[in-house]
Amino acid sequence: MSDFLFELGLEEIPARMIAGAEAELGRRVTDLLTREHLLAAGGTVTTFSTPRRLAVLAEGVLARQADTEEQLTGPSWKVAFKDDAPTAAAQAFAKKAGVDVSALQKVTTPKGEYVGATVKRAGRSASEILTADLPKEVLALYWAKNMYWRAGKPERFVRPVRWVIALLDSEVVPLEIAGIAAGRESRGHRILHGDVPVPVFQACDYSKSLLGAAVVVSVADRRQIIRKALDAVTRTVAGARWREDEPLVETVVHLTEWPSVILGNFDREFLALPEEVLVTVMRDHQKYFAVEDAHGKLAPHFLAVLNTRADEEGAAIIRHGNQKVLVARFKDARFFWDFDQKTPLKDRVESLKHVTFQKELGSYHWKTEQNLHVAQALAGLVKAKGTKFDEAALLKAVELAKTDLTTELVKEFTELQGIIGGLYARAQHLGERTALAIYEQYLPASMEDNIPVCVEGQLLGLADRIQTITSMFWKGFQPTGSKDPFALRRAANAIIKILAESDLPLTLGDVINESAQGDLVYGETAIFLRERLNFYLKEVRGFAYDVVNAVLAAGADDVRDAIARAEGLAAARGSEDFVAVSAAFKRIKNILRQAEEKGFALGNSGHAKAAEAVGLRDAAAKVAPEFEKLRGQRNYAEALALIATLRPTVDTFFDKVMVLDPDETLRGAHLALIHEVLSNFSTIADFSEIVTA
Amino acid sequence: MQSFWAERGCVLQQPYDVEVGAGTMAPETFLRVLGPRPYKVGYAQPSRRPADGRYGENPNRLFKHTQFQLILKPPPVNVQELYLESLEAMGIDLRQHDLKFEEDNWEWPAGGAWGVGWQVMLDGLEITQFTYFQQCGGLDLDPICAELTYGMERIAAFLQDVDSIYDIVWARDPETGAPITYGDVRLAEELQFSVYNFEYADVPRLWEHFNSFEAEAKSLLEQASAVLNDEKASPAEKRRFPLLATYELALKCSNLFNLLDARGAISVTERVGIIGRIRNLAVGVAKAYAAQQAAASQ
Repeated sequence: MSDFLFELGLEEIPARMIAGAEAELGRRVTDLLTREHLLAAGGTVTTFSTPRRLAVLAEGVLARQADTEEQLTGPSWKVAFKDDAPTAAAQAFAKKAGVDVSALQKVTTPKGEYVGATVKRAGRSASEILTADLPKEVLALYWAKNMYWRAGKPERFVRPVRWVIALLDSEVVPLEIAGIAAGRESRGHRILHGDVPVPVFQACDYSKSLLGAAVVVSVADRRQIIRKALDAVTRTVAGARWREDEPLVETVVHLTEWPSVILGNFDREFLALPEEVLVTVMRDHQKYFAVEDAHGKLAPHFLAVLNTRADEEGAAIIRHGNQKVLVARFKDARFFWDFDQKTPLKDRVESLKHVTFQKELGSYHWKTEQNLHVAQALAGLVKAKGTKFDEAALLKAVELAKTDLTTELVKEFTELQGIIGGLYARAQHLGERTALAIYEQYLPASMEDNIPVCVEGQLLGLADRIQTITSMFWKGFQPTGSKDPFALRRAANAIIKILAESDLPLTLGDVINESAQGDLVYGETAIFLRERLNFYLKEVRGFAYDVVNAVLAAGADDVRDAIARAEGLAAARGSEDFVAVSAAFKRIKNILRQAEEKGFALGNSGHAKAAEAVGLRDAAAKVAPEFEKLRGQRNYAEALALIATLRPTVDTFFDKVMVLDPDETLRGAHLALIHEVLSNFSTIADFSEIVTA
Repeated sequence: MQSFWAERGCVLQQPYDVEVGAGTMAPETFLRVLGPRPYKVGYAQPSRRPADGRYGENPNRLFKHTQFQLILKPPPVNVQELYLESLEAMGIDLRQHDLKFEEDNWEWPAGGAWGVGWQVMLDGLEITQFTYFQQCGGLDLDPICAELTYGMERIAAFLQDVDSIYDIVWARDPETGAPITYGDVRLAEELQFSVYNFEYADVPRLWEHFNSFEAEAKSLLEQASAVLNDEKASPAEKRRFPLLATYELALKCSNLFNLLDARGAISVTERVGIIGRIRNLAVGVAKAYAAQQAAASQ
């Protein structure tokens, strides 16, 4: 049994693409070895990556495939041999099987006599297979953006391939990728090791060999080194903590081969700038971690993850350099902040005419006017239903919501749109509610985000997004497949989440209606939002797909009610009685459909005669009012439990009663009865959607 | 840096004497990268970005900065190592610094040009844009080339450890040691051009210039097409057609666009259309130039 090592040496891979490519390479190598029966039972595949390499170590690889014997059956003996002489059919079969005609045998089966051939295949060596097939797998890796580098453009890849290692234990596998023959020489850290090859003598020594060349090839190890170093360095500041930022940790893990951390400082005077701006500069522009004091307030320090091991002198130089860059950026931000204050938000509304929202729709000035209409209508609705909020503050927020797009600070830090507007509104004393609503308008940006805390922010967020969706639909910009250039799905997800997690007394219909009044796009928008509700219930709330289908089939307008019904249904689904009743409901639906196809009319359920039919009618009539009461109270779990109590009567009914009785009156009565049961009790969910094992 | 690259066989060119926004736009890059012929060239290129002007008040931003632009066509396999050596040659001891190649792809839509590559970060400072050119003038490149663009003011400020670009020592009196700084040389220019670009530049006249340069370039492109597609025209006739002059006219338009933009005279809706007009000129020249080169080599 051997170990197989493969390392692909590249120029620096974009950090955001490494994790996916590493996993895919591991998958492809595992699949190849498995497909070719080269991975022994208990064999393992481990992957590695750094900015300059992707690597795989497979332990438990067979040196060669086992030899195989296969029995092939050909044409019937009579066709293949005439007077013991092989016919053309026999020759063709022998050729196909790769054996001599003389090697064909007679095979007797229950169906008669046939020609058979035993095909022996010698197993190929692992080296042979890997040489032939691995390069294709590697070049098929998915990259979000590719490039050409060699003349004649023979291949595209994320960055130029510079070296390749392929070793079975200590033997080089003579494969070639992008014109580079595999060998055993890797490269170490650019600076710490220099441009000197790093020989790997044994496949299993890979990590150790590279460690000696200042490269930690394990992503998990680098992550741990970085987290520990962040902790250790932060401890040098009394009471300080570094701000946890998992995406940033992942980014720096993929930007380093030999990580270390330094603490840098900046002047306290910059703490006068809003924390959001400081953190954005540090995180997004410089990839620094922010540091906070014991009270969670930003402290005048930062942590930079280096791709080197610096001595004290080097660390001082590096710290100095990073501090200078950061201070220059902070100064820029302060310059923009001060500059922006010269033109207050309220004086910027007019200049929104020069900022395009969408070429075929209009400017952000137009967008603001549209948002105002929608927001006013929504405000009227929720006010009528007793929701308390500050309407004037809301309208001011809607009017000014987009004005920060004209500020220098947002032009510099586009990711802070909305937030900057909110901060400016506060600095310009436009009222806390208005400022907060503007600040929160883009929440939730993702399904992990919180929704706006204030009602004004929620309404602004709803109005803005539904206006975007309906106007884009109106212009024919519906998302298709994976294409959603205007991020309308994200906008719709946010609408669902706001309705789900706020107390706003609004249904999806209310929201669409206020934006798409009388519009052709109402129906399309409703279907679109319903899809997103379906997505939300399944992906965010984790309900089973059949529960979601059942609940939405009974109504998809009131988001919070749909969630409550899904909760009740998910709970009830565990009961055996309930599952049996839902199976019966599915049966009822089928019978009714058949009856309709055959032209059988519904009659009068009062005419049912069989005791079991009368029993079901009475039981259903008894349960119905209580069910309605519980449903009215949104006590869905108990309402559904009540339906489950119908199981014995439903079961006996179907056991004993012939529903489609030849007698027209009885048949009509039975059909009417089951129709009543179905429609009376399908208001929480359409149980026929429930999948029973 | 110049001697470093000259020793490695690069042509040392002088800055191009027409206003450009970046070293890429000089014909030594834009036109030389087209076609199959290998070329290695380096030059310092003053690059004008009217909207970046800050009246000389911002220590990190300039209306006109200097790029050292290097084209290696085709790129040698050790191009990254050569690049690191060039930093060492400038006196940067990499063992005492933190260096990262971070993904940064480059494009110039008006030039139909793009590539993939990195921004090179030295102690958190972006000192170089390193790009593998894939397309230029709307044409696929084969071979591709490596483009290294060094930000000279930043590198100088880094090497001299000064907080403001204007404090960079440009020269020193050999006897007294008195410095002449970047500010001494360039501050007035930054101030006055910011004033002109933002306040004085006459918008209607800028449009007139734009239209006039565009008309001349378009007319030349039409004639170029006639000559280059004429089967009876001799290689010599094709070779002498003034496409290099046509390209200068396109560059003039590009600079005027930047001025108009700084003046706030271009709305977002107009923007796409005007970039398209410049693109037509640049791409038109690139295509004609490639055809001319092919004809000339026959």
